[in-house]
Amino acid sequence: MPTDIYLNVAVSGVLTGLVYGLMALGLSVIFGVVRVVNFAHGEMTTVAMYLAVVLFATLGLDPLLMMLPIAGVLFVFGYAMQRWLINPFISRPEHSQFILLVAVAIILANGLLIVFGPDARSVQTSYAFDSFMIGPLIVDATKTFAGAAAIAVAAALFAFFRFTRLGTAIRACADNYTGAQVVGLNVPRLYALTFGLGAACVGAAGAMLALITDVTPPLGPSFTLLAFVIVIVGGLGSMPGALAGGILIGVVAAMAGLFYTPSAKGMFVFAILVLVLLFRPQGIFGRRA
Amino acid sequence: MNRKPHMGDKRITRRTMTAGLGASVVAGIAPMNIVRAQDATLKVGVLLPRSGAQAGIGQDCQRGVDITPGLLKDLGMPPLQIMNGDTETSVEVARSRAEKMISDGAQVLVGAFDSGQSTAIAQVAEQKGIPYVINIAAAPQITEQGYKFVFRNFPTAGMILADAFANQKELFEATGAAPKTVVFMHVNDTFGTAMKGGIGAVMPKFDMPYKIVDTIAYDPTARDLSVEVAKAKATGADALLMVSRLNDAILITRELVKQRWSPMAILSMGPGWYEDQYLKTLGKIADGPLSFVPWYDPNKPMSKKLDEALAKAHPGVNLNTNHVYTFEALLVAADAFKRARSTDPKALADAIRQTNITDNVSPGPGIQFNEKGQNDKLKDSAIQNRAGKLVTVAPKVAANAKVEWPLQPYDRRG
Repeated sequence: MPTDIYLNVAVSGVLTGLVYGLMALGLSVIFGVVRVVNFAHGEMTTVAMYLAVVLFATLGLDPLLMMLPIAGVLFVFGYAMQRWLINPFISRPEHSQFILLVAVAIILANGLLIVFGPDARSVQTSYAFDSFMIGPLIVDATKTFAGAAAIAVAAALFAFFRFTRLGTAIRACADNYTGAQVVGLNVPRLYALTFGLGAACVGAAGAMLALITDVTPPLGPSFTLLAFVIVIVGGLGSMPGALAGGILIGVVAAMAGLFYTPSAKGMFVFAILVLVLLFRPQGIFGRRA
Repeated sequence: MNRKPHMGDKRITRRTMTAGLGASVVAGIAPMNIVRAQDATLKVGVLLPRSGAQAGIGQDCQRGVDITPGLLKDLGMPPLQIMNGDTETSVEVARSRAEKMISDGAQVLVGAFDSGQSTAIAQVAEQKGIPYVINIAAAPQITEQGYKFVFRNFPTAGMILADAFANQKELFEATGAAPKTVVFMHVNDTFGTAMKGGIGAVMPKFDMPYKIVDTIAYDPTARDLSVEVAKAKATGADALLMVSRLNDAILITRELVKQRWSPMAILSMGPGWYEDQYLKTLGKIADGPLSFVPWYDPNKPMSKKLDEALAKAHPGVNLNTNHVYTFEALLVAADAFKRARSTDPKALADAIRQTNITDNVSPGPGIQFNEKGQNDKLKDSAIQNRAGKLVTVAPKVAANAKVEWPLQPYDRRG
């Protein structure tokens, strides 16, 4: 087997993993602050993908350009969902929250099925079939753009939480709920903002995923599962962990396909999950509770 | 990070999260069946993958269902009451839907495109004593179980492979060129693994000019097949031998273009590469692949009628395997009902066993079933994608065009 294939496959795994990482980042942000596990995560990603497909099909708008508007739409959706739907469940047992969000997931998936039907839909941009030749490397243009956008969005999110007063306030809520209330922070509003930000990440990731893969309504559960694997491996609640977890899972899946058999990609991904749970239960970047 | 005090000692543990996640995944999409049933007619439960990974093909099979009533009327057949069911591309759902349909009054079952789903339905049909006519499913074992209520008017994997190799040799002789090596890529579902097993048994009998340098199995629901194609390209094989589905065929073609690999030929022995959605999604990139598949005989009068009915109901959609074999499965049910003059399951099964329909669409002498419930007289064709249309290039007796060989490189298609 020619040696350049290893590099090609590794680069492909990293780029795909970056986009998956951004999708998982939304889940991690929400859990890290609000402590609600969003089981409708994959379905929200699918909604964002359909938005990208519709905007491209009707107005010819490139998903990369539409990434921010779609993230905005999902932000509003996430904010409203947290404020008026999830917030009343915040103090209820976890299983009530789980069932609520599973119900939201089912409603979203079936709504998409009713509106768009079961056929796979895709976005065919002018660069859909392009690739870059860099020496022996052949790099998929679409994945490169999507990977770069994922890094930009993640960097912006890190900067927001690190350098803005609002981001600091949200981190304060995550670190000490009582303390945040004592100093007068509007915690329900900050929770809604955080859920909105997590949903915006999902929106951006969904717009980019529409460039990489076809979308069908039943895609949601597999995205949810993938996002969970990534955040558990990276560390539940850790933002760098989500991105690193995405890259790790992307590369492991790609290399498993290359060195062993593509049929076993999922097996190796879950093997990584098991190993992390055994030897570092808090995840690679997670903090021990 | 600290937990919120108002949550008390209830903590989100891995166990609770896993339970919730399991519920989310298992729940998936709620069933969305539409059941229509009336009395005094033959109630036929049509089970197809109308959602999930095979939804595109399931919906295409549905087009075959849509155009059947008018054709049956023209043939003087009794009308059928169609009960639609969705297998959701899941073996477990296929089984439960079959049971539900029978309890709802289905007197014959038809479907289900996929070998795994059809195997599950066959078990239910046999257990309940309800005739089941398979439209599309090639795994040989379905009709090797000694079932009395299961019938298949579709070639088995072995039959498909035998005809595929024969038609390939005919094309190689006609063009004077043949690949010396191929890489075999196949889906790892029931159909794909049955075809893989069949290749080992059937190929040696045909003295093919090529050898298989590598076999790559992959998940038909995969969202990314770049590694699979990179691995195939790295073998340096002259051509690609495929057993795929629809979505993966589209993904693989995209990767071939992106990874700048134009093999001498794409030789498919399954669905995907000739589907309308494949042609529409990929445009000029879709041209060239050869599919060695169960098809229709364009020279049979019924083929023309079916083609016209499809053109009227679904303008711009090419007649293909999905429409042909779904129509023929319903034709078998109507024909048996007409002769049995009864909805009694045993009488219907006996009538199906005696089927002898010569005014049909698929290649071969017609529809008859052997003692195993298998139509073993079916023949396959070789078809090629040309500018959004499909032409038959082999066997000579059923061909309406000459093969274009080799595959035009993707980077020279403008």
